[in-house]
Amino acid sequence: MNATQTLVALWTLVFKEIKRFTRIWPQTLLPPSITMAMYFIIFGNLIGSRIGEMDGYSYMDFIVPGLIMMSVITNSYSNVASSFFSNKFQRSVEELMVSPMPNWVILSGFILGGMARGLGVGLIVTIVSLFFTRLSVEHPLLTVLVVVLTSALFSIGGFINALMANKFDDISIVPTFILTPLTYLGGVFYSISMLPSFWQGVSMLNPILYMVNVFRYGFLGVSDIPVVWALAAVFAFIVVLFFVALAMLERGKGIRS
Amino acid sequence: MAEPALSIRGLTKVYGNGFQALKGIDLDVQQGDFFALLGPNGAGKSTTLGVVCSLVQKSAGKVSIFGIDIDRDFAKAKYQLGVVPQEFNFNQFEKVIDIVLAQAGYYGMTRREALPRAEQLLRDLGLWDKRNGNARMLSGGMKRRLMIARALIHRPRLLILDEPTAGVDIELRRSMWEYMRRINQDEGTTIILTTHYLEEAESLCRNIAIINHGEIVRNTSVRELLTELNTETFLLDLAAPVTKLPAIDGFEIAQVEPSQLSVVIHRGQQLNDVFSALSEQGVRVVSMRNRANRLEEMFVSMVEAGNKAIDERTQAEAQT
Repeated sequence: MNATQTLVALWTLVFKEIKRFTRIWPQTLLPPSITMAMYFIIFGNLIGSRIGEMDGYSYMDFIVPGLIMMSVITNSYSNVASSFFSNKFQRSVEELMVSPMPNWVILSGFILGGMARGLGVGLIVTIVSLFFTRLSVEHPLLTVLVVVLTSALFSIGGFINALMANKFDDISIVPTFILTPLTYLGGVFYSISMLPSFWQGVSMLNPILYMVNVFRYGFLGVSDIPVVWALAAVFAFIVVLFFVALAMLERGKGIRS
Repeated sequence: MAEPALSIRGLTKVYGNGFQALKGIDLDVQQGDFFALLGPNGAGKSTTLGVVCSLVQKSAGKVSIFGIDIDRDFAKAKYQLGVVPQEFNFNQFEKVIDIVLAQAGYYGMTRREALPRAEQLLRDLGLWDKRNGNARMLSGGMKRRLMIARALIHRPRLLILDEPTAGVDIELRRSMWEYMRRINQDEGTTIILTTHYLEEAESLCRNIAIINHGEIVRNTSVRELLTELNTETFLLDLAAPVTKLPAIDGFEIAQVEPSQLSVVIHRGQQLNDVFSALSEQGVRVVSMRNRANRLEEMFVSMVEAGNKAIDERTQAEAQT
């Protein structure tokens, strides 16, 4: 394929993915908006008013970046995991496999589709948050960069999960038992400076903590950890996981007999 | 001589559980051919075609499509290839037109380039009126035609049809035969067909390979294969019932129904002799047909012979 044909193929796949999740918006776009609105009301307003300030900011202001990031992570991941697995299940993945599209284009198409949903939901949650607080963004470029990188990373994660899954249950195990606990323990609702030093050390092993903190730094200008290290770690994870996913795709893991 | 549309050498496939689905098969399909790949269930047809279109990873061997080695440049080879699989493999919740256009996009065709071609294909296959409906609303026959349209969108030179008319009613099947003949004859598209309807293979294909237990047991022209048929059984419909079975020297005759006889004709015997003898005995024949499709008789005898040989080999190995 020449460069133009490759771009056409990539855009076709991305457009198809975007069309898929917007067609089923009551399942993909609406629920996270409602869930996050509940978080803002219950944790931000009702409970947050009794908690007082955290790291010098109102509790509502403190949790907004984490909640946006949480919705970006879960939606990027689940979009790719469910979409690619459905393609496997319905065998429509064969449409892609018999075509001359290189594997990196197939992988990138699904990643970009997952990012589109993750970032789209993130934008919706951000708009919802404006009904509860006034958002200020200290470092706009950094904020955009980290949210884009995070959505890319979890889209790749969702792709690997879908490749390895043999049944629909397999694509809910990672989000339920790994992603959700790591997100809740990743400093979305609290600052790790509140924890005893041992648990602070344990928390530092949680990759989501780095993403939430850098994102919060972009909004508020405060972070529990060094921003440059966190960005480097996210970038390194993206590179490594991209090549892992590509190697699995080249080997036909889960899709070729 | 032009490169074969498909060339397979020493193709072997061993699945993870140790089952050897293909045992080093060799196969050539010439450009412009209408070729049948036949075999009983589990013989290795779909595995062979799966390797050709990258759905199955081969264990050993070489596959070239129009001279392009798939191990060297599979992407280039795939441009030459259109695939209509045995099972429906599109997203049933998408619109018919979107399924066809998306496939065009995967081959690098822009929407503007693909739309006229998609319209022509969907019109030819009687799906244009359904283009904006969800694919799941189509009947089984329409879904099969949708897969043909999708496979042809990028104008492939080699079309692989894996049981394209399975579950399709006879009228629609015949219209699909006409369409396949047309793209083979008018557009020069090489077609490889697998089917369980042997009259379909006899009617459409010029050359044929029979695969059994992962080995090609025969690879020849349909005409050549049929000349090897040693016996044919004909059913004769009579003008009036007969109470006594007519006897004709050298011919095996049996009564199927009061007014229907079956006659076995061996190679070298002539039907005219049967008609003359019956006429002398006052028996009038009003119509005649083959008891079974000729290719089917040949196919069944070859597969049975192959199975018998394998059973004997297995028994011999067990005894030693």
